[in-house]
Amino acid sequence: MVDSEERIASICARHGESQGPLLPILHDIQGEFGCVDEEAERAVAQALNLTRAEVHGVVSFYHDFKPVADGRPVVQICRAEACQARGVEALVAGAEATAGERVRLETVYCLGLCSVGPNARVGDTMHSRLDPARLRRLIEAV
Amino acid sequence: MTTVRISDDSLARACGADALAAAFESAGAQVERVSSWGMHWLEPLVEIAGIGFGPATVDDVPAILDGSSEKRIGVIAEHPFIVSQQRLTFARAGRTRALSLEDYGATGGWAGLTRAREIGPERVLEEVTQSGLRGRGGAGFPAGIKWQTAAKAMGDEKYIVCNADEGDSGTFADRMLIEGDPFALVEGMTIAGHAVGALQGYVYLRSEYPHAISKLRQAIALSADIVAPFRLEVRVGAGAYVCGEETSLLNSLEGKRGEVRAKPPLPALEGAFGKPTVVNNVLTLAAVPHILIDGGASLYGSLGVERSKGTMPIQLAGNIRHGGLYETAFGISLRELIHDIGGGTASGRPVKAVQVGGPLGAYIHPDQFDLPFDYEAYAAADGLIGHGGVVVFDDSADMGAMARFAFEFCAAESCGKCTPCRIGSVRGMEIIDSIRDGGREPDRLELAPQMHNASKSTRGKAEQVQLLEDLCEVMRDGSLCALGGFTPYPVESAMRHWPEDFGLDE
Repeated sequence: MVDSEERIASICARHGESQGPLLPILHDIQGEFGCVDEEAERAVAQALNLTRAEVHGVVSFYHDFKPVADGRPVVQICRAEACQARGVEALVAGAEATAGERVRLETVYCLGLCSVGPNARVGDTMHSRLDPARLRRLIEAV
Repeated sequence: MTTVRISDDSLARACGADALAAAFESAGAQVERVSSWGMHWLEPLVEIAGIGFGPATVDDVPAILDGSSEKRIGVIAEHPFIVSQQRLTFARAGRTRALSLEDYGATGGWAGLTRAREIGPERVLEEVTQSGLRGRGGAGFPAGIKWQTAAKAMGDEKYIVCNADEGDSGTFADRMLIEGDPFALVEGMTIAGHAVGALQGYVYLRSEYPHAISKLRQAIALSADIVAPFRLEVRVGAGAYVCGEETSLLNSLEGKRGEVRAKPPLPALEGAFGKPTVVNNVLTLAAVPHILIDGGASLYGSLGVERSKGTMPIQLAGNIRHGGLYETAFGISLRELIHDIGGGTASGRPVKAVQVGGPLGAYIHPDQFDLPFDYEAYAAADGLIGHGGVVVFDDSADMGAMARFAFEFCAAESCGKCTPCRIGSVRGMEIIDSIRDGGREPDRLELAPQMHNASKSTRGKAEQVQLLEDLCEVMRDGSLCALGGFTPYPVESAMRHWPEDFGLDE
């Protein structure tokens, strides 16, 4: 407990000089803890002199911040129009079957690789021209 | 030693460029990582002494090195896809290393900034206005007017904010520019700062572009001395599509929920942190260095048609054989773009529909393919060119499902501030479902005796279509921003051109 409080305090201190530091702080907390939970919201609110409601409002607004940590590996699959035009919807059922409970599949809207879809993202690595076999291997390997 | 040039654009990397580069290195070649030419169907594209090979795989390495590869496409710079373009914003694409100050300087980099500093802010504002440059984010507002407003505004501090929250499906030009030619954006923003009197710039870049974030941060660090006293910082978005709307972006930048603000006040007068702020798209700012070189403004203004001046980096995406980045003067038709340049669909089936301008753009029917690519022509045809994304669908597409998806997307991404968007999007999904089901029976609540005004009889398809049209009108006229306001475009165009996909053909 004390440890995570100290870590959050040092993240807040790191962004102390910048204008409107809340999003960069939340990104760092999400990156370090895998979530921005209630405890983190309280600590950030305290550090930035905001109410917890204000911080919670921001955390819950953005798709990137999760309220609870999920230790499973994540595969993000783009299901926006351009990937739909290239057949991503036909891959979804197979991907869900491969992922099972072990891997979390997330839908994202656009990874900006719209001429070579269907596309997926794992960590900071992108994967294009997916077909059922390639997507299955990708999910199995994470 | 043979020098092999391979792109390190994230699209090329997603297609296997890193493994390919490693394979060339182990085969004894020297590998140089450059920006992408934008011919995406050929990625990863390998360049040796100007000759291209693509799409290359690790297995092709020996044959490419001994010159016997069947993937040879000839001289890249003479490829029909490249020579038919007019590249200004993407003049360096494929030709330079993204983070090389040496390459940037050798290809005319910083010339615009140097001249802007010589001629002073007043003349910079004049030249940008004279060039006819309009905002490339979608709304097409004249950049010069926006800059002048911010320049005249009173304020102890002013900001330049670059909107790099490129969330539209089918668009990738901002990403390609930042990953391939980041100094052009840095230079453009510095010129804007010089013109309006701002010393701080922010680039709001979406978190879905991790590679672009890292490239731009490096470029900012490398060029800090050149742009000083102007300072730049990258701010990373957090997965909200609506933050591409400028007022929502400003709230997000300030660390708030990305909710849309009512205008006025205009951001040029009261923007980031309540100060005068220029918010421009990546492509708008990156076009500025070319406009500021000697004679650049009149050259830019001489390209294009009527009120759509200069060039537009068009992004060919979706089910298209030759997808990629195609920068050309305004006025080109969709027929040329999709059939002559794009080579039709990737699947080889007939083209059914084309969505221009991202998720909020209209679906265009092949009968309308002669429409010239310009802001006013698309507006007149109940569409928009938006950020220049063109997504092709073949005849397997279900346009009823695409119309439903437009509402679904709006519901997922609505900021929730205004009612037409927040609630209309959900109701829109339900109405489309009921049309496709052939109408609907009154529900329990509607049958309750207290509900005097609710119809007690079956609602037919025609009645539901009328309801959908009314809903679209409310969303279009009553929403605060383009998310709710433009969602009717894809819905109504799909229903108008493909009624059979809604079960409305009998």
